[in-house]
Amino acid sequence: MTPALAVEGLSVEFRTRSGVVRALDNVSFSVGKGETIALVGESGSGKSVTAYAVMGILDPAGRVTTGRAMLGDLDLLSATPGEFAEVRGRKMAMIFQNPRTALNPIRPVGRQIGDVLIRHGNVSRRAAPAQAVEMLRAVGITDPARRARAYPFEMSGGMCQRVMIAIALAAKPSLLIADEPTTGLDVTTQAVIMDLVSDLAKELGMATIFITHDLALAGQRAARIVVMHAGHVVESTPTGELFANPRHPYTAELIAATPDSAQNLDELAAIRGALPDLRRADLPPCRYSERCPRKIAACAQPLPQAAPGTVHFTACWNPMTERAAIAPKVSAA
Amino acid sequence: MSVLLDIADVAKRFPVSGGAGRLTRLKRRISGGPENLPKVHAVDDVSFVIGKGETVGLVGESGCGKSTLVRALTRLIDVSDGSIKLGGRELALKPARVFARDRDRARIQMVFQDAGDSINPRFTAFAAIADPLRRLRGLRGEALRHRVETVADQCGLPLQLLTRFPHQLSGGQRARVGIARAIAVEPDLLVLDEPTAALDVSVQVVILQLLQRLRQESGMSYLFVSHDLSVVRLLCDRVLVMYLGKIVESGPAGQVFEHPLHPYTQALVAAVPRLHDTTAKRLRLSGEPMSPIDPDANVCRFYGRCPRGTELCKTAMPTLRRLGAREVACHFAEDYLPQAQIAS
Repeated sequence: MTPALAVEGLSVEFRTRSGVVRALDNVSFSVGKGETIALVGESGSGKSVTAYAVMGILDPAGRVTTGRAMLGDLDLLSATPGEFAEVRGRKMAMIFQNPRTALNPIRPVGRQIGDVLIRHGNVSRRAAPAQAVEMLRAVGITDPARRARAYPFEMSGGMCQRVMIAIALAAKPSLLIADEPTTGLDVTTQAVIMDLVSDLAKELGMATIFITHDLALAGQRAARIVVMHAGHVVESTPTGELFANPRHPYTAELIAATPDSAQNLDELAAIRGALPDLRRADLPPCRYSERCPRKIAACAQPLPQAAPGTVHFTACWNPMTERAAIAPKVSAA
Repeated sequence: MSVLLDIADVAKRFPVSGGAGRLTRLKRRISGGPENLPKVHAVDDVSFVIGKGETVGLVGESGCGKSTLVRALTRLIDVSDGSIKLGGRELALKPARVFARDRDRARIQMVFQDAGDSINPRFTAFAAIADPLRRLRGLRGEALRHRVETVADQCGLPLQLLTRFPHQLSGGQRARVGIARAIAVEPDLLVLDEPTAALDVSVQVVILQLLQRLRQESGMSYLFVSHDLSVVRLLCDRVLVMYLGKIVESGPAGQVFEHPLHPYTQALVAAVPRLHDTTAKRLRLSGEPMSPIDPDANVCRFYGRCPRGTELCKTAMPTLRRLGAREVACHFAEDYLPQAQIAS
C-alpha cells in the first residue's frame, strides 16, 4: 500500500542570533491511507516543526536541510509555492492548536468556510453560503444557519474548534494534520471533538496525523504512535505494543511520568535531566544519551536506522527487552 | 480533623448589560442601578469545609465558576452572599481591599495558573518571593534574605537562580518561584489554581511531588483547582465537582472517580483518556451548558445536557444530598450507586 504521506530523513535548522538550532534531525515516518497516527513528545521535541515543514509553513528562519515528504508523487519539501497552493487545503489540511487565534476574528465563520469551498472545493460563489451551513451542520453545530453569521468571539472554544475542523475538511483532503487540537479545551469537549475528527476521518477515508503531548489521548485515538525527543524519532510502533512493551528508555520514562499510570504520587517517576541544547556543535548521535540510564559505549555511534518494513522501530543501541522497569499498573475505574 | 475553612451559601453574581444599547443601559442605571440588571450567577449557594491538613480538589469545566469561587474565598473579590470562615473568624464581610492589609491575609495564599504570567516580569525571583514577606511580615535586610533563601531551598530552587528574571527561568523553575512566593508567609491554606497546566508531564511530576512534600512538612491545607482528573486523583483526599456555579458532587477522591454518581461527573470521568484502557468510552455530553445569566432556580443546571433529564429535573432543582461519604445533587443519584454500597 502506498502511504498517504511518507516523510524520509527530514532535517530542519533554525538560524537564530545565538547559533543554529538543529530542530529536526533525520525524522522519518509514514501514515497510510485512512490511518491515524500520533506524534507524541514534550515541548521542544519537534512535533510541531515537523508538521509545519510538511505543510510548508515553517518560520522564515527555518530551513529544511535534507529529506523528502512524499504526498502521492509530490515531494512537499521541494515543492514550489504554486504546487503547494494546489495541494494545501485540497489534498492536505491542518487544524491548529488555538482555534480562536487561528480563525479570522473579523469575518463571520460561515464566510471563512465559504472561502475554502470556493478556492478548493469547486463550489460556486453563489452556492458557497448554503454549503458552508451544511459543513457546520456536519461538524455538529446546532442552528447552523444562525451560527454561520456569528464571529469567532461569539462562540465557545469547542465551537470554534468545530469551525476549524469544518474549514480543514471543506475540500475533503486525503491528509489531515491536527496539531494539539484539543489542548485548552475541557475534557468533556475534548472527547466530543476527538470523536468528531475520528468519525469524519473514517467517513472520508482520510489519513490523520495527530500531534499531542498527551500519551493517554494518543493511545486512545491513534493506531500507531511516533515518539519524538529533541528532534529525533526515538520510537515508532503500533499503539498497543508501545504501552505493553516500550523499548526506548525515553518512552518508558514518559509512560512512567504520566499521572494516569500510578496509584499514588510516589509511584510517578520524573524524567531525569533536561533536553539538550540543540545549538551545541557537539550533540551526541543519540540526543537522549546524556539523560539515559541505559547508556553504553555503543551509544557514541550513529543511531540505528529503520529497515524497510520495520513494525516496531527503536532508535536505541541498548533498548529495553521487556517491560522490566515499569510494571503494568491496574488503573482505577 | 478540625475545620480550617468553612464556607456557607457563598454566591457571586456579576451584573451584565445583556447586550443592550447604550441608551437602554443609561435608562436602567437611572431607574434602579445595577440591581435591575440581569446577572451572571457565577457561583450559586456553594458550601463546603476544608479540614486542617486536608487536600481538596475542585474540578469542573471552564466557565463553571471555579476561578470565581477561588477568588472569593481567597478574598480577592467580594462575595454577593454567604459566609467564609477561616478558623472560626468571619471574613466575608470585610471588603477585599481592606482584607489586603488584614492579619489573616497571610493565612490564605494562592499559586496561580501560569507562573510566567503571574510573576511581575520586572521582579527577580528573589524580589518576587520577598514581596509578600515585606508586606505581610514586615521583614527587612538580613532576616528577609535568610527567609527567602530558606523558602527557595524548600522549593528546590537553586539559590543562584534568585537573581534571575522570570523570562530567564524555565517553566518548572517559574512554577517553583510561584510556590515559594505563596508559602513564604507560612499560610494555613494554599489555593492552587492549575499549577501544572502549562508544564510537560516530566516536570509536572516533580512539581506535584514537591507540593506533596511541602504539605507533609508544614501541615498546610490545599485547595487544588484543576481540570486534569488524573492529577486530582493522585494528590487529593477529597474532591468537589462543580457545574455552572453549583457543586454537584463531593466525596473521597477515589470513590468519586471510581463510581461517579452525578451524571455530569460520570461524563467527566468517562471523557478522561486512560493510558491502559485505549477504548474510548461513548458517554458524551451533547450541546452547550445553559446560560448562567439569571438561570431558572427550579430547573436543574445540568438539564438539557443530561442523558437522564426528566420532568422532575425541569421543575425541581436537586439539592446536595448525603449518600454515604458523599454528597450528590441529583434526583436519581441512588440509581447509580453500586449494589454493594447500598447495602452498607
